[in-house]
Amino acid sequence: MSFNILMFGVGGQGTVLSSDIVCEVALESGYDAKKSEIHGMAQRGGSVVSHVRIAKKVYSPVISFGEADIMVSFEYMEFLRYMEYVNSETLLVLNTNKIFPPGVLSGKEEYPEKIIKQKLKLFKDVSQIDALKIAQESGNIKVAGMAVVGALAKMLPFEKDVWKKIIESKVPPKTIESNIRAFETGFRA
Amino acid sequence: MRKVLSGNEAIARGAYEAGVKVVSSYPGTPSSEITDFVKRYDDIYCEWAVNEKVALEVAIGASLAGRRSMTCMKHVGLNVAADPLMTLSYTGVNGGLVILVADDPNMFSSQNEQDSRNYARFAKVPLLEPSDSNEAKEFVKKAFEISEKFCTPVIVRSVTRLSHSMSAVDLGERVETASKGLENNIPKWVMVPANGRVRHVFVEERLKELQAFNSKSDLVAEEINSNEIGIITSGIPYQYVKEALPEASVLKLGMVWPLPLDKIVEFSKKVKKLYVVEELDPIIETELLAQGVKLKKLKRPLTGELSVDAVKKLFGLKVNRCKAAVKELPNRPPNMCPGCSHRGMFYAISKLKLFAAGDIGCYTLGLLPPLSAINSTVCMGASISMAHGIDRASGGEYAKKSVAVIGDSTFFHTGINGLLNSVYNKGCSTVIILDNRITGMTGHQPNPGTGITIKGEESPRINFELLCRAFGIKNVVTVDPFDVDECIRVLKEETSKDELSVIITNRPCIFADRTVITNPYFIDEDKCTGCTACTRLGCPAIAWDKKKKIAMIDESLCTGCGLCPKVCRFDAISQRGAK
Repeated sequence: MSFNILMFGVGGQGTVLSSDIVCEVALESGYDAKKSEIHGMAQRGGSVVSHVRIAKKVYSPVISFGEADIMVSFEYMEFLRYMEYVNSETLLVLNTNKIFPPGVLSGKEEYPEKIIKQKLKLFKDVSQIDALKIAQESGNIKVAGMAVVGALAKMLPFEKDVWKKIIESKVPPKTIESNIRAFETGFRA
Repeated sequence: MRKVLSGNEAIARGAYEAGVKVVSSYPGTPSSEITDFVKRYDDIYCEWAVNEKVALEVAIGASLAGRRSMTCMKHVGLNVAADPLMTLSYTGVNGGLVILVADDPNMFSSQNEQDSRNYARFAKVPLLEPSDSNEAKEFVKKAFEISEKFCTPVIVRSVTRLSHSMSAVDLGERVETASKGLENNIPKWVMVPANGRVRHVFVEERLKELQAFNSKSDLVAEEINSNEIGIITSGIPYQYVKEALPEASVLKLGMVWPLPLDKIVEFSKKVKKLYVVEELDPIIETELLAQGVKLKKLKRPLTGELSVDAVKKLFGLKVNRCKAAVKELPNRPPNMCPGCSHRGMFYAISKLKLFAAGDIGCYTLGLLPPLSAINSTVCMGASISMAHGIDRASGGEYAKKSVAVIGDSTFFHTGINGLLNSVYNKGCSTVIILDNRITGMTGHQPNPGTGITIKGEESPRINFELLCRAFGIKNVVTVDPFDVDECIRVLKEETSKDELSVIITNRPCIFADRTVITNPYFIDEDKCTGCTACTRLGCPAIAWDKKKKIAMIDESLCTGCGLCPKVCRFDAISQRGAK
């Protein structure tokens, strides 16, 4: 069993923390795991991408083109940037929350609604969630990322208790409860 | 115990386990986190130095005093530290000394793509190149052993893909090393020509010994599979090779300089076709060809990163690539944050159409539209000296239409020298120190203007205004960067003078000091005329509503900096909760 999971979003959405969690859960569950991320100027509204690879033995920390088993898009349009990694079996976890890029904000570019609808058809399965809504319901708007992790966890063969244990060790103590709640809701979604 | 660590965290752990006593560094992506991880270990004295030259010299002092020391920097930082490095190679060390340098192939956050392996060759010192987090930790420890055994500084090279990737690491215990005591050995440590000549001979001999050592050491690993193809590789490219060509035989180099020639020749005899797979410069390849090793050259670009797919392509193997790629998507370029204290000053610079010699830091992003306020960026500290050059080249004429912009940390790094030079040489340029009290770009490390050390302890806070006055500069003005009218007035006044001027801004970075965040602003739809004055600030919190043809503020992003109401002529922007 092996998984190539490509996770991406916009700076501040928790993409990096989420991919750390996936990586640690895999290792805790007895697999080899590697992760590579590009977050250079993430805090400043740029794109963030993390490659997570899980197998008995992993070499390259980066996923090859056409070899993503699961793509996790923390923002509604971002998956379009990574279509080169998709194959006919790729699953997509899609947060429907939109963050408008500067070109859209300034009115010079269109948010690509049509292309999104069209490209979604290329995935074997798409699991859409409204992470912001889930986060609001769990009482902390900042835990939206964990709802996405929950939706991803459902697709992976790791024990739920391991997920919870790792999440608890990685998030600020005060936010453990709301993070776990968001994870659970994402898992059920 | 096994733990998943980033390459950078593993490097810090390696230093800890090796009994390192002193770490002095200057932050630079992708190396910055290493020293931030080191600060968690109470057994290690660590500090942020003002620049990489100083950091290395501190490490040299610690080594001279008999303790293991390390300095961490990015590739361009090694240029700054190159001066002490070249002579350190001659003096050698007392306590082990490791220079950790993190390269950035593909330039995810750098101004050039240089290959630091050239420095090992240039300085005639050994360079180790780990290929995952566990090796990163182990190689740092080995580097200290080699440093002490051969009396040499050792460079350990990381790259973005190692520093910012995570993999499993076996944690070990710290081994305390006793101090070797302060070494008082003048022929070794005083590099006057007579001593230097002797030491150069030592350096050349050492290189030969290191080469022999490398061939016999466990740093080079031979993996014999098929005898058809043999690949010599190292570092992160090793991982790509293993995945792209699982059938090939591989000679994995842990120390890439000096090369283990004997071992390579031995390996070359075991395979029909021999190749080198390396990233950026063809250093190993060129050296082996020069030594007469029979290699097949690959048609490899000298730019950018390798990958499994890139290696497959080099060997004519098929690469999967979904054809459904989407071109021309709206980009997400990095932007100055909402509430960034630089925005107002850049708006003023842009409004006055001044030519701005820029520098390295968050504020380089001022080059992006709509502000488009930066006209040059070369290296740390270059803004001030370049503005002086611009001024002197035109006999003072261009100085009236140009400014230098530099951040506080960059000013301390190497800007301060440039300013001293401008004063001394009677320049009349205008220098703007964008003081936000922190090193922003690399993750908010404190600096001499912050008033705290890396450990959060209070320290003297350098006063820019007094410092500039002590230099003898008469025109020193501090402005509030959110007061656009005042910024414009001061800029006009200072650029018109036939004397050197320094303008200092005084608002903290929104990420370093969250206490400055206040109630958000909102736009009164009835009053907004759609003039776009506010959207031209390039604030990520201000959006243009295409249908209504008015601006709107995303209140979840707005930090309440109060800049946009100052550019609105229609009084359409007000603050929540204000009367």
